[in-house]
Amino acid sequence: MIPAYLLLLLPLLGILYFALFGHQEDVGRQNIRFNGVTLFLSLWLAVNVFNSGTLLSTGEYFIVDSFNVYLIVLTAFVGFTTAIFSAPYMAHEKDLGKLTDKRLRLYYSMYQGFMFAMYLVLTTNNMGVMWVAMEAATLATVLLVSLYRTPESIEAAWKYFILCGVGIAQALFGTILLYYAATQFSHAENALMWSVLYENAKLLNPEILEIAFVFMLIGYGTKIGLVPLHNWLPDAHSEGPTPMSAVLSGLLLNDALYAVVRNKMLVDGATDSHIAGYLMMGFGLLSFLVAAFFLHRQKDIKRLFSYSSIEHMGLMTLAFGIGTPFATFAALLHMTVHSLTKSAIFVTVGHAAQISGTQSIDKIRGLIKTQPKVGWGLLIGTLAIAGFPPFGVFTSEFLVLLATMQSYPWLTPLLLLGIGIACAGLFRNIQPMVYGECPAGQQAVQANLWPVMIHLVIVLWLGLAMPDFLADWFTQATILISGSAPL
Amino acid sequence: MDIENLDHYSQLILSLAALVTLTSFIMLAQGRLLRLVFVFALQGFLLVLATSIAAYSFDNPHLYISAAITLVLKVLFIPWMLRRHILKLNMHRDVEALNNKTTLMLGGASLVVFSYYVLHPIMQNSSMILLNALSLSLAVILLGMLLMISHHQAIAHVVGFMSIENGLFFAATVSTNGMPMVVELGVAFDVLVAAVLFGIFFLHISSSIDSLDVDKMNRLNEVDQ
Repeated sequence: MIPAYLLLLLPLLGILYFALFGHQEDVGRQNIRFNGVTLFLSLWLAVNVFNSGTLLSTGEYFIVDSFNVYLIVLTAFVGFTTAIFSAPYMAHEKDLGKLTDKRLRLYYSMYQGFMFAMYLVLTTNNMGVMWVAMEAATLATVLLVSLYRTPESIEAAWKYFILCGVGIAQALFGTILLYYAATQFSHAENALMWSVLYENAKLLNPEILEIAFVFMLIGYGTKIGLVPLHNWLPDAHSEGPTPMSAVLSGLLLNDALYAVVRNKMLVDGATDSHIAGYLMMGFGLLSFLVAAFFLHRQKDIKRLFSYSSIEHMGLMTLAFGIGTPFATFAALLHMTVHSLTKSAIFVTVGHAAQISGTQSIDKIRGLIKTQPKVGWGLLIGTLAIAGFPPFGVFTSEFLVLLATMQSYPWLTPLLLLGIGIACAGLFRNIQPMVYGECPAGQQAVQANLWPVMIHLVIVLWLGLAMPDFLADWFTQATILISGSAPL
Repeated sequence: MDIENLDHYSQLILSLAALVTLTSFIMLAQGRLLRLVFVFALQGFLLVLATSIAAYSFDNPHLYISAAITLVLKVLFIPWMLRRHILKLNMHRDVEALNNKTTLMLGGASLVVFSYYVLHPIMQNSSMILLNALSLSLAVILLGMLLMISHHQAIAHVVGFMSIENGLFFAATVSTNGMPMVVELGVAFDVLVAAVLFGIFFLHISSSIDSLDVDKMNRLNEVDQ
């Protein structure tokens, strides 16, 4: 468990460190170092879990099993590569005069604060602490959304704050009901421990748990961005600094879904009715379809890709809702490839917006001519996220489709329709931006595209041939979540 | 239910639950911000009373700690902070025009009925006090949302937000004698940070749109211009 403790401790130190020294010259590089060490720690933790199975800390405060350890590694990895991107990006924003030293300090300090909240959500064994950490993640990022202090960004941050705050309050009510159900048989101090609840799930009152799950799905679902609770998401993604959009899309949404799935495991243990699954399927499918249509009417490039995030989160929620081992495997894979691809896209989008000085889709033109690396990065990233073979997103979407055909064949046409509409929605907007005539005087910017390349290569690799250890890992997580192995 | 046959604890908690809900209704129709904040502090005080009574009856020292935290946070600090902002932004004379107060009140009443309807099936087998107290705390949560929907001032939204927290706190206290200490401290910390952030936002919003009327913040939407 030592790496898990260090993993939580380091970002805490980071908050303090950057609050004091966040204005220095090489602060971007310090941030990379902090995140690099946490990446190393997460890998160390992963090796431990790989060798000895589920780890429980003394006192059972923290749990690391095959399900959350891969999300921890993913979180640390995306946090690390986004830090690499953020260093020159934020320096450029400062040169443009958009940011002061004070705000830069806030930015780096809260970057670490957000990472801390994410690690806490993932490692804690206490469902109450999970809620606290989820709320803390909102609090850490809300001032970053309004970092530029434009009227739009303040509006977006306020919306984010209020909607997510009220939404997640519902999840706390659900957690209280869960706690009430658990105190009927367990000692009060242990009654919120996930491991205790999971072992005794049969003893939990099914009626209470069903109602509790409705509240939790609405609560955490607000953070996943499920339609119709998604209103904050495109605003917060489009108005904040781009590295923030990358981590929000790549990490926060995943971790909120993680919280829902943990709760679903308890509800499934307590009832035989599959009601949790149906609820998730309904919300997931609705989000998937609505977001696909909304892609067609976007005028802002970051809003475009945040709707694409809603669409993919909807697909994952649907797959977890179906709940067969096959679907769960597909959802886990989709979580990974979506995180990697989407954060890579936001990195290129950030550079594209800096090149043309605007986020408006109508005004971004000729990226390939001005800076081929950015243009190709955006094009390939969009190909990957739209689900073209041979990228990993294709594999996972294909698996979700197969799983749907197995369990609910009548849903397949809807899914195909959604995928087709979403693909068209992305390309009608991307094509002119990448090719089009480049406006006079458009200059290339200093850009570090290593994160994009690494992410896309991994996604490609996952699509062509998934390495054995990763497949084993997903299989173990699938067994944990759905009870048996896929295939 | 035979009220006279209940023990004193249950009678007190039931009365307090009713009073907490009543304060939610008062807030719902309140157009003056200072009074709104005062009623909010009153609601917090009722919660402190309920928690202390529970702590005394069950001889549970950790509930005293939650009561103390609530006293400092929800009765003193947050109302003080909101009052200071109202005075500083010179909004204490404004009266917010609430359209259709009657409909609003009827809507609130139906939310209470709805809360009973939602929780009735699962609480059938538990004590009467639990059914009432939990349903009313859910009602307080929903009334807090209705407050946020019907008011336009950012400060009223924050009061609604915090009153939702009050409902949650009441639910945790009466149904389970409070959550585990670590969770309760965590929630209190989140509320404190949220309150401070809200204060910062008031300044940002008022410097950006020159008032705290959140209806004026409507630049970001999906409507065609």
